[in-house]
Amino acid sequence: MGGTGSDQTMNLTLNVWRQKNRRAEGEFVTYEAKDINPDMSFLEMLDVVNEHLISRGEEPIAFDHDCREGICGQCGIVINGSPHGPRGATTTCQLHMRSFHNGDVLTLEPWRANAFPVIKDLMVDRGAFDRIVAAGGFITAPTGNAPEANSVPVPKENADLAMDAAACIGCGACVAACPNASAMLFVAAKASHLNLLPQGQPERSRRVLGMVERMDGEGFGGCTNHGECEAACPKEISIKFIARMNRDHHKASLLRIFS
Amino acid sequence: MELKSNVPSGPMDQKWTKHKFDMKLVNPANKRKYSVIVVGSGLAGASAAASLAELGHNVKCFCYQDSPRRAHSIAAQGGINAAKNYQNDGDSVERLFYDTVKGGDFRAREANVHRLAEVSVNIIDQCVSQGVPFAREYGGLLANRSFGGAQVSRTFYARGQTGQQLLLGAYQALERQVGLGTVKMFARHEMQELVVVDGQARGIVVRDLETGAIESHASDAVILATGGYGTVFYLATYAKGCNTTAIWRAYKKGAAFANPCYTQIHPTCIPVTGHYQSKLTLMSESLRNDGRIWVPKMKGDQRPPNQIPDDERDYYLERKYPSFGNLAPRDVSSRAAKEVCDEGRGVGKSGLGVYLDFKDAIARLGEDKIRERYSNLFEMYERITDENPYKVPMRIYPAIHYTMGGLWVDYNLMSTVPGLFVAGEANFSDHGANRLGASALMQGLADGYFIIPYTIGNFFGSNKFAKVSTDHAAFKEAEANVAGRIKSLLSIKGTRSADTFHRELGKILWDYCGMARTEQSLTTALEKIPALREEFWHDLRVLGTGEEINQSLEKAGRVADFLELGELLCRDALERRESCGAHFREEFQDAEGEAKRDDENFCHVAAWEYNGEGKTPTRHVEPLEFESVHLQTRSYK
Amino acid sequence: MNAVAPAATPARSAPNRLSRLIGSTIGLKLVMAVTGVILSGFVLGHMAGNLKIFEGTEAMASYARLLRFEPALLWLVRLVLLASVVLHIVAWLQLFKRNQEARPKAYRQTTRKEADYASLTMRFSGPFLLLFIIYHLGHLTTGTFHPNFKELDPYHNLVTGLRVLPVAVFYLLAMAALALHLWHGVWSLFQTLGAAQSKQASFARGFATIFTLVVVLGFAAVPLSIMLGIVK
Repeated sequence: MGGTGSDQTMNLTLNVWRQKNRRAEGEFVTYEAKDINPDMSFLEMLDVVNEHLISRGEEPIAFDHDCREGICGQCGIVINGSPHGPRGATTTCQLHMRSFHNGDVLTLEPWRANAFPVIKDLMVDRGAFDRIVAAGGFITAPTGNAPEANSVPVPKENADLAMDAAACIGCGACVAACPNASAMLFVAAKASHLNLLPQGQPERSRRVLGMVERMDGEGFGGCTNHGECEAACPKEISIKFIARMNRDHHKASLLRIFS
Repeated sequence: MELKSNVPSGPMDQKWTKHKFDMKLVNPANKRKYSVIVVGSGLAGASAAASLAELGHNVKCFCYQDSPRRAHSIAAQGGINAAKNYQNDGDSVERLFYDTVKGGDFRAREANVHRLAEVSVNIIDQCVSQGVPFAREYGGLLANRSFGGAQVSRTFYARGQTGQQLLLGAYQALERQVGLGTVKMFARHEMQELVVVDGQARGIVVRDLETGAIESHASDAVILATGGYGTVFYLATYAKGCNTTAIWRAYKKGAAFANPCYTQIHPTCIPVTGHYQSKLTLMSESLRNDGRIWVPKMKGDQRPPNQIPDDERDYYLERKYPSFGNLAPRDVSSRAAKEVCDEGRGVGKSGLGVYLDFKDAIARLGEDKIRERYSNLFEMYERITDENPYKVPMRIYPAIHYTMGGLWVDYNLMSTVPGLFVAGEANFSDHGANRLGASALMQGLADGYFIIPYTIGNFFGSNKFAKVSTDHAAFKEAEANVAGRIKSLLSIKGTRSADTFHRELGKILWDYCGMARTEQSLTTALEKIPALREEFWHDLRVLGTGEEINQSLEKAGRVADFLELGELLCRDALERRESCGAHFREEFQDAEGEAKRDDENFCHVAAWEYNGEGKTPTRHVEPLEFESVHLQTRSYK
Repeated sequence: MNAVAPAATPARSAPNRLSRLIGSTIGLKLVMAVTGVILSGFVLGHMAGNLKIFEGTEAMASYARLLRFEPALLWLVRLVLLASVVLHIVAWLQLFKRNQEARPKAYRQTTRKEADYASLTMRFSGPFLLLFIIYHLGHLTTGTFHPNFKELDPYHNLVTGLRVLPVAVFYLLAMAALALHLWHGVWSLFQTLGAAQSKQASFARGFATIFTLVVVLGFAAVPLSIMLGIVK
């Protein structure tokens, strides 16, 4: 039917991390994925594998996903060592099997970070991200207080740059890819989005201090400027925002020391 | 059951203002004594939860995803309407009101729509002050674009990610309250039952999706903001987890279900490629601003699109609807696409597709301009189809996208169960039989930020609340029901997965109750669905237990509800013997194939009352009166 | 209800606020970056001084006397450098510990897309440089490891010291380590100090490359010239 991918199907071998719950020890289990159509998405391939498992009476592989159109940020599998797989600028759900070849052996692992405990198979708990946002990743604008929208012009360049940062989907691939399991790109994207806008100025300092403090408290590692986060980010968020956040954090810390 | 709309008296443009003044208030010191449960954390749920917590109420918010930020509002691409008239092109609250009533084919409640148009302007103000990075002009002011079903530019947008940005705004407001301790957030929790005590909604029973624990939560009011039920069709632009469970269980506890047959089919989705397909992806309607839709004039024309000369192409929307052209409303555009494909002029391997061509726009504006406007959509298209839309026209086909139907609510957004409020897509209130583009985001935020916080205060202020705890017998009974239901799903031990049933149900609905419906097709569906449901309860296979993460069990629970809802949907479609908006009955069309409404017999909302297991539900009617916009035949010619 | 925000509760005293900066991962990186600036400046100056060797014995000796012109100043510089090295290492140890704890379970398979050899080997090039510095100070400053050391005759010490092939090779290896360390470190400190740059194409990257080349080639010129007999 549609698509230009070849009609030839492919067979793959999957080494999948299986772990019953938070406390259980996990292990790799090998499965065969047979007759896979190259136009399938990666998750559709897993659906097919799961259907086979169910028919054989084996428990299906648990993985997180929801929108399956690359925007909700819920999916995420480390495929052969790359979060969201080999293709750049994509989420796992938007990765298609035409990126692989017949006979490939794929290793599927969950995001691995102290701050993202595995809760089952390929699913992790990313609640740390919500707590970081709760610690300052907002503009205090209670409903009903807003001034007329056009009363504060925002230079287009700033609005566009803020949007570049705001495109973050909170999937956590940056953490998964970072050799130090650092959340700097996620935090920098949110802090930069808000700090770039005039509406975000009053809380600029407390925002960055609060978010970074929470980030450290959650047990993420520090940034050593490898750039792996940027390469794994499905929305191609630049590590320039990390530099921007560093600057904001230095300023805010100095202001705090000398105030 | 009585459907009292509670629309305030007075002139249309003063009803909301007057109503707000007439409402009872709760003293600020007393607000924290009233607790609210919000189910769902999308635009409507997150904005309601945050706003109510800001007011001082005690709020608990639930979502099935791993974080409230994942709710499917996030996937809305195109934009949000507001009657700001920033473009000086003659927009006004009245015009947005008029367009929405007309777009809904005169099947929405006028007073609700007018209120929606009124608060639309506040939404933009609110979102901008939260830091939503809307597109801007070089002067720093907000930019707009046009959208289907309107002749003014009133749509605000943030690239192709407007829903995401608006949701993140609401999510951030929500997380701020979570940080302050005023909202308690429960992610990975799914509502299983509504608990009604003395005729009033007083809490819910949820399942913790990680541990499987069944938990009760009591409150003074419950808000369902759980989105639409379009996933009943299996293939849809919804997220995989979207479900009807919350509203369906509420329906079974006495909340009337209004207009279930109003299901919107979006004209611009990426066509189905294979039987393994798990969902359909939307290409924003905003593409129709610059893309031209066509099919070959000749049947079965197999030439590549670029080799078909202009005079052998049929730009059928421009031909049939010259004044709206490619921007005709969704229902009209979808049906037109189906028509040309039924004639055998569809494109792609399956023949179920039409071209959306940017060749002329690229020639006129340059590839850079098109890239600036739509790059993320073009990239998404290429990723999915492996075709470059800058070079080859996109192939699109209609797909289920939104449900205008939902739980019946009065003007205060309260259902027929006192204390149960319904917001966003989960209610039926504002879009009639067809929703215009960029109106869903508007409605979700209007309900959550600006309507429910007022009306729920009025509800608290004008009622007495006996103390109800989760030890109450009603909670214990609901918990037992939930546990029993899970046990029965696990103990069938048949041969088929929940997904296979879901797929089959979806196919029945798409084939017999999709873009075009007939008495006969609906009767067939009404025979097939109960049979499938029967098979489901005999041959379902769910492995594992209920005391752990069990995604098969989650799916099975949702599919079980879809199998019941699907039947109601067809029943409603059968009983509505007219064509209106997205509900197209082939028996009711004019000579040119346009929908023929029957205002004499069907100018009403149909709301269904549950009568118990195996019993036929009762169809109640809320007549619709049009005082401001006069009933007329919708024309986009 | 809106008055309290959860973000960053105010610290009570200035020292407490300072410790909160230093205690954060970004604060630790700031320490590494600031000390990195000092140490980079030092290696540049040191390299420039070394080039005096090409002007002969007397130039080298007068340069050595110049450095010792004011002992208090010399010791101040030495103290700043020592403090920088110590802080650089202490901050790194803290970060290293956190980074190790941040991923208790390693991946079975890892694919790197943007990290490079230099960035991934900082943890090895750093300790190696520390070893080298200790040896180098014992070799050419105190003479402890120098079999033929003459006080205040740097030219002699240098030439006789580096004529020994294994020593010269060790010096060259250290320069290779320095190259890797500087190339990532100098780029990295721009990023840490907050100059928004992209990793691949940026001023900071170009600057780091040129800076590294100048410093390392300048340093390596000395042992190479001695080994090749250009300087005798």
